[in-house]
Amino acid sequence: MNFLSLFVLIPIFMILGLFISNNRKQYLIVMTLGASLLMIMSGIVTYMYLTERAAGNTAEMLFMADTVWYAPFNIHYSVGVDGISVAMLILSSIIVFTGVFASWKIDPLPKEFFLWFSLLSIGVYGFFITTDLFTMFMYYEIALIPMYLLIGIWGTGRKEYSAMKLTLMLMGGSALLLVGILGIYFGSGATTMNFLEIAKLHIPVEMQYYFFPLTFMGFGVLGALFPFHTWSPDGHASAPTAVSMLHAGVLMKLGGYGCFRVAMFLMPEAAHEMAWIFLILTGISVVYGAFGAIHQTDLKYINAYSSVSHCGLVLFAILMMNETATTGAILQMLSHGLMTALFFALIGMIYGRTHTRDIRLMGGLMKVLPFLGVSYVIAGMASLGLPSLSGFVAEMTIFVGAFQHSDIFHRVLTITAVSSIVITAVYILRVVGKIIFGPIYDKHHEELTDAVWYERLSVSVLIIAIFAMGSAPFWISSMIGESVAPILSQLIK
Amino acid sequence: MDYSSFLQMREELSLIGVMIFLLIFDIFASKNLIKYFQPIAFVLFAVHIILNCVPRDAFEVAGGMFQYHPMQTYIKTILNVGTLIVLLQAHKFLNNEENKIKRGEFYFLIFSTLLGMYLMISSGNFLLFFIGLETASIPMAALVAFDKYKNNAAEAGAKYILSAVFASSISVFGISLIYGSTGTVYFSDLATLITGTPLQIMAFVFFAVGLFFKISLVPFHLWTPDVYEGAQTNITSYLSVISKGSAVFVLFTLLVKVFGNLIDQWQPILWGLAVISITIANIFAIRQKNLKRFLAFSSISQAGYIILAIISGTAIGMTSLVYYVLVYVFSNLAAFGVLSVIEERTGKVALDDYNGLYQTNPRLSFVMMLALFSLAGIPPFAGFFSKFFVFAAAIDQGFYVLVFIALLNTIISLYYYLLVIKAMFLTKSETPIELIKSDFPLKLSLVICTMGIMLIGLFSAIYNQIAVFGFGI
Repeated sequence: MNFLSLFVLIPIFMILGLFISNNRKQYLIVMTLGASLLMIMSGIVTYMYLTERAAGNTAEMLFMADTVWYAPFNIHYSVGVDGISVAMLILSSIIVFTGVFASWKIDPLPKEFFLWFSLLSIGVYGFFITTDLFTMFMYYEIALIPMYLLIGIWGTGRKEYSAMKLTLMLMGGSALLLVGILGIYFGSGATTMNFLEIAKLHIPVEMQYYFFPLTFMGFGVLGALFPFHTWSPDGHASAPTAVSMLHAGVLMKLGGYGCFRVAMFLMPEAAHEMAWIFLILTGISVVYGAFGAIHQTDLKYINAYSSVSHCGLVLFAILMMNETATTGAILQMLSHGLMTALFFALIGMIYGRTHTRDIRLMGGLMKVLPFLGVSYVIAGMASLGLPSLSGFVAEMTIFVGAFQHSDIFHRVLTITAVSSIVITAVYILRVVGKIIFGPIYDKHHEELTDAVWYERLSVSVLIIAIFAMGSAPFWISSMIGESVAPILSQLIK
Repeated sequence: MDYSSFLQMREELSLIGVMIFLLIFDIFASKNLIKYFQPIAFVLFAVHIILNCVPRDAFEVAGGMFQYHPMQTYIKTILNVGTLIVLLQAHKFLNNEENKIKRGEFYFLIFSTLLGMYLMISSGNFLLFFIGLETASIPMAALVAFDKYKNNAAEAGAKYILSAVFASSISVFGISLIYGSTGTVYFSDLATLITGTPLQIMAFVFFAVGLFFKISLVPFHLWTPDVYEGAQTNITSYLSVISKGSAVFVLFTLLVKVFGNLIDQWQPILWGLAVISITIANIFAIRQKNLKRFLAFSSISQAGYIILAIISGTAIGMTSLVYYVLVYVFSNLAAFGVLSVIEERTGKVALDDYNGLYQTNPRLSFVMMLALFSLAGIPPFAGFFSKFFVFAAAIDQGFYVLVFIALLNTIISLYYYLLVIKAMFLTKSETPIELIKSDFPLKLSLVICTMGIMLIGLFSAIYNQIAVFGFGI
């Protein structure tokens, strides 16, 4: 146990606190307190991490701690962070924090909602701090199952269908993943489940050919890898606001993180051999997601398809296997997490006022909802990659990295992927033009009131983060770059 | 002969002591005292559990007829705890006016079957094994038909006894073939004498049918849904958990101890049985509208997962098996506990009746949800860990394809478990089941189950402790 475990303990205490509290005010106090503590924790971890690195500590992971859990299977509860995990912890904390404020008025059953929400965040935090395959898988599944109830009870639209589809598809992914993990452990003859240790062993190449695709696809399902992305639009569209934020913002990143950390890190030979298959699939994700978004008329569907496209870009970049592109991938995880959370938060707030998400039934919202309107435009600009906002930094880095491959296959794919930027611009600008600007479409919308304080807080935090990342990405990209290097050295050797 | 060696069979003796005391008490106690029949029974049985929960060194009684191994203490304790939970849940049912008079019989029959399972588990000889098997089966039929004014129960009792007798006769035929080909029925001698001649393989197959029947693997499962549906719910839970738990343990020990040389024969058999049990049971479970039948099929598929631990035949497999049974006891009994109290009070067992249960009975729905999540293998509940270890035990021996099929099936099973959760939490109902006030024993049993589900997985000491005595080929 070291202080990293607090990331898991705080949500557990939040759950206990919710159990003993009995009205909405108390739930909100517990949740706000917990979420703020998590924010502070992630700040402290970042600071400590950077000072430690500045002091010249070059260990692959810092703040390691290890406790034996299930000795017969060499399962340990072991934690540790590197730059990638720190970045993900910051992201998760921001989203959990803003998610609490975005669900300030959740109804019905606020207690249960926050219970499941906290359980979900246990899974998310645990996943990013652990260095043990079993524990990682456990947290992965912990993060999945609350989704069913969160979407099913508090969702909108075809919620029961979407909840079932999402849960079963992600569980399907985790089934593939479990075979992969057990295969890694027993196939490598390892005496540990710690992936840092397993990486030092050499898994037989013929084993890798079986287990790499299983593991990669298993995580890829969560990362919305084509053709396993179909849960994502339905799931995100039906989920309540905070859950969409957390799911698109953080949970989908579990997929990319896992693909990189486990599948590629542990099975480099197979990763090299099979990268082309997955590159094609991710290339399809990127372009197909963007085209899918153009076609939609529901705000949440538009954003869900754009998530498929942007998360496809994450997987696309890690498969490029060079430092620039992979750093870009992690930056893209951060950037997409922030802006998609902002999008979903805003959509939730707009929907709460207009009671529709159909873009054909809205217009001129800027006149009645100036705060939400401006924020929506900012989110849109971040999404289409305007310089000084986070999206630009991430996508620029990815494409610069991808262009470093000079063979025809990678070039063609890269150019195809780059074209998605244009398509993104189409659907973002179209939506912004239709619903934010222009004349007011619906007379009833003239009486709407703008955001209240908790909504403003939630949105402002996200916007500040997007600006901060877009205008000063150096410290975070160098932190990520350093941590990507050891994984890449495994891949390139 | 040294009769004092019989005193070493402590578990059996103390259980017989409890049984005889309760029988005499039931007959002779005065009106004032008889009110306390059930509390006395709980306390006595709890004392029995505590006295027998510490493993001892291995020993033999009666020239190898009865073989004790420390692992047996664990499995017996698990079965004991399970039985205690079932008894707690049956408390209300036995306090009904019409059943009050039959309480003594209920306890006596339950403990008889438990004694039979003890003997099955500790036997070192096919004769004692067969006596155990029958002692576990025949009182069970009486229990299934316990609710004699219900037609379903009588029908279920008849079905159970007919198919059980049929299965055990096939089993005893197998035993006779084993005796014919080797000349002995002692396990310790058989281990070397069974070499894999065709007759012995045939003998094994016949013999194993009896156990497959008890575990209710497909295609020996056809009695299960009907009997589960017809029997009183507490009996159903006993049947699905305790009876099954003992049978899988016995199957494992016999495969390892006696049929170790036939490993190349029984592994493919078990492989096929596991796949069809899990798959067919899952497919049937989806279509069930009656929750008792639903849990019947779910328990068949759970049995299929247990086979994954047996098929490895290793010490890890043994440990995972005992652990799986432990977790299964808590998860399934929690589900059945909720089911039984609702059926007892309202007579409702259909899935549609559970619509909107969370509005009126949040606690019961919560326990049910935990139980179903645990059965489906969702972390952080215990079922996740037990499933993982079972899969790991099978993969350790290279059964990748089997584990993969089993894992795909967990998705199907998750689907139907979620259907129940959906009914309770998501679906709104005009006429939900009204608020049910549970009595203290039931609450206690559900609390024990909930604690078990939540904590067993997180505390690895339990698994590690079981692993100390694991044995295999």
